[in-house]
Amino acid sequence: MKKIIALIVAVMLVVSLAACGNTTDATKDQAAKTANSDFKVGVILVGDENEGYTYAHIEGIKEAAKKLGIADNQIIWKYSIPEDETCYDTAADLADQGCSLIISNSYGHQSYTQQAAEEYPNIQFVAMTGDTAKATNLKNFSNAFTRVYESRYVSGVVAGMKIKELKDGGKLTDKNFDSDGNVKVGYVGAYPYAEVVSGYTAFFLGIRSVYPEASMEVQYTNSWFDITAEGEAANALLSNGCVIIGQHADSTGAPAAVQAALESGKVCYSVGYNVDMLSVAPDAALTSATNVWSVYYEYALGTAMKGDKVDTNWAEGYEKGAVAITDLGKSVAKGTAEKVEEVESAIKSGTLNVFDTSKFTVGGKEVTSAFATDTDGDFTPDTDEAVFDGYYHESYFQSAPSFQLRIDGIKELNNDQ
Amino acid sequence: MATVEYNKKEAFVRASLRDSIPRYKALLIRLCAVVISLIICAFLIYSITKINPLKVYQAMFEGAFGSVRRSWITVRDTMMLLCIAVGLAPAFKMKFWNTGAEGQILVGGITTAACMIYLKSLPTWLLFICMIVSSCVAGALWGLLPAFFKAKWNTNEILFTLMMNYVAIQLTSFFVALWENPYGSNTVGVINQTGHEGWLGYMFGDNMLFGQEYSLNVIIVMTLTVLMFVYLKYSKHGYEIAVIGDSQNTARYSGISVNKVIIRTMLISGAVCGLSGFLAVSGASHTISTSTAGGRGFTAIIVAWLAKFNTFTMIAISVLIVFLEKGAVEIASQYNLNDYVSSMITGIILFFILGSEFFIRYKLIFRKRNKEVQ
Repeated sequence: MKKIIALIVAVMLVVSLAACGNTTDATKDQAAKTANSDFKVGVILVGDENEGYTYAHIEGIKEAAKKLGIADNQIIWKYSIPEDETCYDTAADLADQGCSLIISNSYGHQSYTQQAAEEYPNIQFVAMTGDTAKATNLKNFSNAFTRVYESRYVSGVVAGMKIKELKDGGKLTDKNFDSDGNVKVGYVGAYPYAEVVSGYTAFFLGIRSVYPEASMEVQYTNSWFDITAEGEAANALLSNGCVIIGQHADSTGAPAAVQAALESGKVCYSVGYNVDMLSVAPDAALTSATNVWSVYYEYALGTAMKGDKVDTNWAEGYEKGAVAITDLGKSVAKGTAEKVEEVESAIKSGTLNVFDTSKFTVGGKEVTSAFATDTDGDFTPDTDEAVFDGYYHESYFQSAPSFQLRIDGIKELNNDQ
Repeated sequence: MATVEYNKKEAFVRASLRDSIPRYKALLIRLCAVVISLIICAFLIYSITKINPLKVYQAMFEGAFGSVRRSWITVRDTMMLLCIAVGLAPAFKMKFWNTGAEGQILVGGITTAACMIYLKSLPTWLLFICMIVSSCVAGALWGLLPAFFKAKWNTNEILFTLMMNYVAIQLTSFFVALWENPYGSNTVGVINQTGHEGWLGYMFGDNMLFGQEYSLNVIIVMTLTVLMFVYLKYSKHGYEIAVIGDSQNTARYSGISVNKVIIRTMLISGAVCGLSGFLAVSGASHTISTSTAGGRGFTAIIVAWLAKFNTFTMIAISVLIVFLEKGAVEIASQYNLNDYVSSMITGIILFFILGSEFFIRYKLIFRKRNKEVQ
């Protein structure tokens, strides 16, 4: 039997070898005819489709390309490019291949993408989630980030609704309250950077907009992707009595841990990031905050295709549909969908600002002044006053998040910086 | 009665040790191994992905040699890998398992970067002498420590050299934090981007040697390859290394000071690995990070081992491994196959090359035909 299969495979191989030479050339010709221009995009990715963060970017670019009528062969993908000189080599290679827009998707690619941008002034380079484009003054180098803090706020609203339901239903035990009577919330964060601080603060403010008597503990994993560490961090927070576990890290470690705890009889729920967590936590996952990258890519690819300059600091949120929350899980509280819709439209219309200074305090006082931009690189912003008109203007001076005030009610458990 | 007959039967095939094998025959066996492995890979690629394997191989070739830039990057990376393997050769021949090349590269890279940052106002020739000498010294010291402990207290060199890697990584993190540019980015960025001070390709100003940025890398590494070959094969030191590698007791009996040779050889091995750090920083990346060695210190062990410490054979194996690496990126890009496919191909090819050693060492003798036929 095995011999027969082997024989069939061998025959198929020979036939295909003979046939392939002609067919692929034919399809190539056809593709070249349908392509509406010689516009080419190069994409440098830190991972591949098996890694959630990169997968979201790949999907975003594919969707944007489809809408704009950009053919598959006009996009050159470079997968699993490490954050070192390989990134520069790759960018230069893409430039050699005639790309007029080159995008790198990880923060760590930024300086190498910038190096290539200096060398090829006629080609546009975008470092996604980066923050140096404005300072370099390069005309062909830009950054982009979504206003994901908006969708984190909305995911916080979902969590707040759940806490309210649990409290009203008498499901919470003494362990779930801190000494001041606030319900405990946990958050698994990657690093103590502005990006993460901005995200968890927005999440917390979202919870408090629905259920004001809440406090939050943040546990850092010091990695963007570490299933084990994220699971352990979630378990540590659960054993502290946290009812909701939010996250700003890329794996499914935390939701899976929460699901296991829920199955063992604990009252706890999870709010994820990037992707729908229902596959790993069907009962525990409430929703996930997510980026809709296709909105940016449609803008960037469309602009570059016309030969125009891509915005140096692009940041959009609900207004343009660049952020969202994923489908609500079956465990969400009654009336969540309506509430979410209400909050989303308030954010869109601008009547609701996430970092409204009347809604939080730092050291017991309302914040009247905070800088957004750090020019000397000590991680402490020193220019660009962001607090005016009654709220902190996040992603206003640069696309990357800058909010890094530690507000009252949130405790970082392991920030050693 | 069938069983008795079976027992009487001569085995269908027997393996017997070859006395010697002509060089061309050994080469032919290895070549056959590569060809067979490529055919097996072709079957695998086709049965899993339904993509014409010849096209996949063509894409791999394009990835490594598809343009002038790509060819030179392939050459640059080959030279880097070869340099480390050449550095490992004397230690391995002595059966001193130097798994610390990663660390030796990193410390060599750190001193090179330090020279580029602090001594850039020196005249070019002096700057290069500083970089080369300091990187060799740093690498040699990193190799000396485990060798000294081995010679003195017979510590395990595999663990010791491996641990030294982690020390070097921590040290690199420290210097990255010290030199980071832009401040706060946690990367050193490209050093001397405008003036190109201490860039190997710009040693003679903007007129690059033979018009290529990496031609000096090739010259340095090829020179080392020849020197190391001569050193191991024709020098008294090389002979001592070979004897110790075969048997330390024999070496002692014949009056070789084993401890002295261990320390001396590791100084050389470490120095060459340190020099690879110089090549990585001054000759390629112009920056330093914890990924400067990038696992090449371990890959080079495979190179050195497959080549049986013959530095010329190492050239071919380095080319093969770098070719497969570059090909991997390209097939991922062209066919949406992720790099696991090329890891698979690399694995199969290396397996066959290793397997072919059996046929080089042993001769297969098949059972003679039945008597009727005779």
